Amino acid sequence: MTVSASTGSQTTLHTAARTTGDIKAPTGNVTAFAGAEARAPRDSRPLRLITCGSVDDGKSTLIGRLLWDTKAVKEDQAATLARDSSGKQNDLGLPDFALLLDGLQAEREQGITIDVAYRYFATENRSFIVADTPGHEQYTRNMATGASTADLAILLVDARVGLLEQTRRHATIATLMGIRQFVLAVNKIDLTGYDRARFDAISHDFKELALSLGVRQVTAIPVSALKGENVVYDGRASMPWYEGPTLVEVLELATVRSGQTTGFRLPVQRVSRPGESFRGYQGTVAGGSVKPGDSVVVLPSGMVANVTKIVTFDLVRNAAVTGDAITLVLDRQVDVSRGDMIVAIDSQPQTGVAFDAQIVALQPDGIQPNKRYWLKSGSRRQRVSVEPVSQLDLKSGKWGPSDALSMNAIGKVHLAFDEQAMFDAYEQNRTTGAFILIDPDTNNTVAGGMITGKRSSLGGIHTDETRVLLSLPADLADRILASDLLAGRRDELEVRRISAARAQDLLDTLDG
Amino acid sequence: MSLTLPETELHNPQSARPPLDPHLKALENEAIHIFREVAGEFEKPVMLYSVGKDSSVLLHLARKAFYPGRIPFPLLHVNTGWKFAEMIAFRDEIVERYDLDLIEHINPRGAAENVTPFTHGSALYTDIMKTEGLRQALDAGGFDAAFGGARRDEEASRAKERIYSFRTPDHRWDPRNQRPELWNVYNGMIRKGESVRAFPLSNWTEVDIWRYIQAEEIPIVPLYFAADRPIVERDGMMILAEDPRLELQPGETKRQERIRFRTLGCFPLTGAIRSSATTLDDIITELETATVSERQGRAIDRDQSGSMEKKKREGYF
Repeated sequence: MTVSASTGSQTTLHTAARTTGDIKAPTGNVTAFAGAEARAPRDSRPLRLITCGSVDDGKSTLIGRLLWDTKAVKEDQAATLARDSSGKQNDLGLPDFALLLDGLQAEREQGITIDVAYRYFATENRSFIVADTPGHEQYTRNMATGASTADLAILLVDARVGLLEQTRRHATIATLMGIRQFVLAVNKIDLTGYDRARFDAISHDFKELALSLGVRQVTAIPVSALKGENVVYDGRASMPWYEGPTLVEVLELATVRSGQTTGFRLPVQRVSRPGESFRGYQGTVAGGSVKPGDSVVVLPSGMVANVTKIVTFDLVRNAAVTGDAITLVLDRQVDVSRGDMIVAIDSQPQTGVAFDAQIVALQPDGIQPNKRYWLKSGSRRQRVSVEPVSQLDLKSGKWGPSDALSMNAIGKVHLAFDEQAMFDAYEQNRTTGAFILIDPDTNNTVAGGMITGKRSSLGGIHTDETRVLLSLPADLADRILASDLLAGRRDELEVRRISAARAQDLLDTLDG
Repeated sequence: MSLTLPETELHNPQSARPPLDPHLKALENEAIHIFREVAGEFEKPVMLYSVGKDSSVLLHLARKAFYPGRIPFPLLHVNTGWKFAEMIAFRDEIVERYDLDLIEHINPRGAAENVTPFTHGSALYTDIMKTEGLRQALDAGGFDAAFGGARRDEEASRAKERIYSFRTPDHRWDPRNQRPELWNVYNGMIRKGESVRAFPLSNWTEVDIWRYIQAEEIPIVPLYFAADRPIVERDGMMILAEDPRLELQPGETKRQERIRFRTLGCFPLTGAIRSSATTLDDIITELETATVSERQGRAIDRDQSGSMEKKKREGYF
């Protein structure tokens, strides 16, 4: 169960062992590569990832190991670390990596991580942004924050313990936030005597869990973060039975988020009018692409225009794609202001005054039924009232009815707007389908939300909708259920597992 | 002001450069997005400009973000009176070249009481001339948003800072109670008197800064390049010995060394490194094999770990 990571691909890490102070070089074999001294041009965008697990699983040690073995930690930082961790060094004489990550005084004092920290490291092939988030249950909100921008999640478990309730919780939150690539780091494998059967059993359990959430891209790796085995350097010396990639190899080959399947989207941040003759609409392309000559619609007004120019500081471009910060010039005078969206004429987002969404409640007051909040999505801010409908039980993974959401709760809500709103479903676009809720009384951010769809009527009951019953082999069903599309709409499905004979009987009854 | 922009003028003459690699392009796009978002939703932004390499990148990105218009806010330089002379000359040339609005502020109390790094010690001096000076300038201008060039990879407490970092009316930062920040949806709602510090370079590393300076041919203060310069050694640091106000202490001697600076602040508090890096290529190569972090040369970070957090809580940026 590995992603398409080829273990034959070479990592171009420097082979020089670190000899700083009393810190020992990693013990595993080092994959040397002849061209390491040549600085290869980076050919990919930075990968954003999130690490999930508790202090007990060795999460801080794992990240510390990643930073240390990729030389993102410098000697003076290590010296500060050594000074701060006096008496707290581990049995290998390594500094206490946890202190490297827990940058706030309160965290050092309490020995826990209370907030999202962002860390940076790079190999010759790629650079990485790590959102390091706390494992404690009360900090679900921080995990959701870190997961919102992540392309991949590393879930950490202790090889001696296996999956915990918290593993399911973290995997569920990561999936909800749109992450479709998981790495399971089975840490402290050294403490099991490098027990292959143990690793295989945990990997199997996790695969089941991931499939139930609709995630197919799963790689499990036996790791000793403390000894640096299968993190950056391989652990073949201790685990000849493991032939898969190291953690860093998987990260180098992972894909940057692909959740933008919509047509052209440009949320307008600013109108640029340096002089009478120039009027440009500035923003970051949030989906699809655009080129001069394209027909576009300005939402919510619905006015149509054609693109004449894409202006940037460097040159007038002949195309722009998702992620580009551009200035767009249109061929006619249309009324466009900040908060509007310029979109492809043939692939428009949904517009309306009622939408369904899933939200994560982030503040102690929770989300009050029918209270009016500010909703901000892209550059657009508007009034909304929020009606909680159900809440996810993170222990069981099941949804139950609920009319208010407390802090850290994940719920389904109905959104009702005063004015036209426009969204894509989050599963199709992680920018135009995402929003935050702001409490007008405190100005604080109280929820993060993901649009699941437009509500055609305020009642929301569609008993006359057409439904399709399928009867198909269980293995095929599992694969279809694991697709991105279905994963995002699992609550709209009813699934029963029955014998082929019984299925035939039922279908015969329908036909009759 | 009437500005006409014929087609040909939209082509920047410098555009002969090869396109940015995807990594730097992604960082550039993110920074431009932040600039535009702050300019779009705040009434009176300002950009803190410290003349260093990060500020140079920040300024370049601001020019890109608002092109073909002018940068729609002023720059603020909180001067201490103890900056390197070359920094001030460079600053004035840049302001002229790019037609910028620059506000310079020197804490009048510090100037009147003759607060210097030598007489008051680095901690108190920094508190008065930099932190207090910054608060004065922000209050005087009534600014509700201030861009800064801080990066999360610089220091442990900065690793936890938001891109929109909320400040109370007395400019305090409460690290325990930061607003959650999801996706790239930033919450810019504040009450009167409150403000936000915005950090477009949050996700950049030191190497990214240098590679971007190289790729975009951004001008920087010559002190970043190695040259033979007069220095004295003090408290384990090599200090530039050009300013006549630097008095040699017993046992200290001035000598020539081939040095450069990895960061630039106040000259008495900024240590040079021995280096022969005279080009950007040299600097990047040196950096990739460096074994110490860039802030190692900054006296103000050394007092204790957590000292940056303390300064930031009090309004330092």
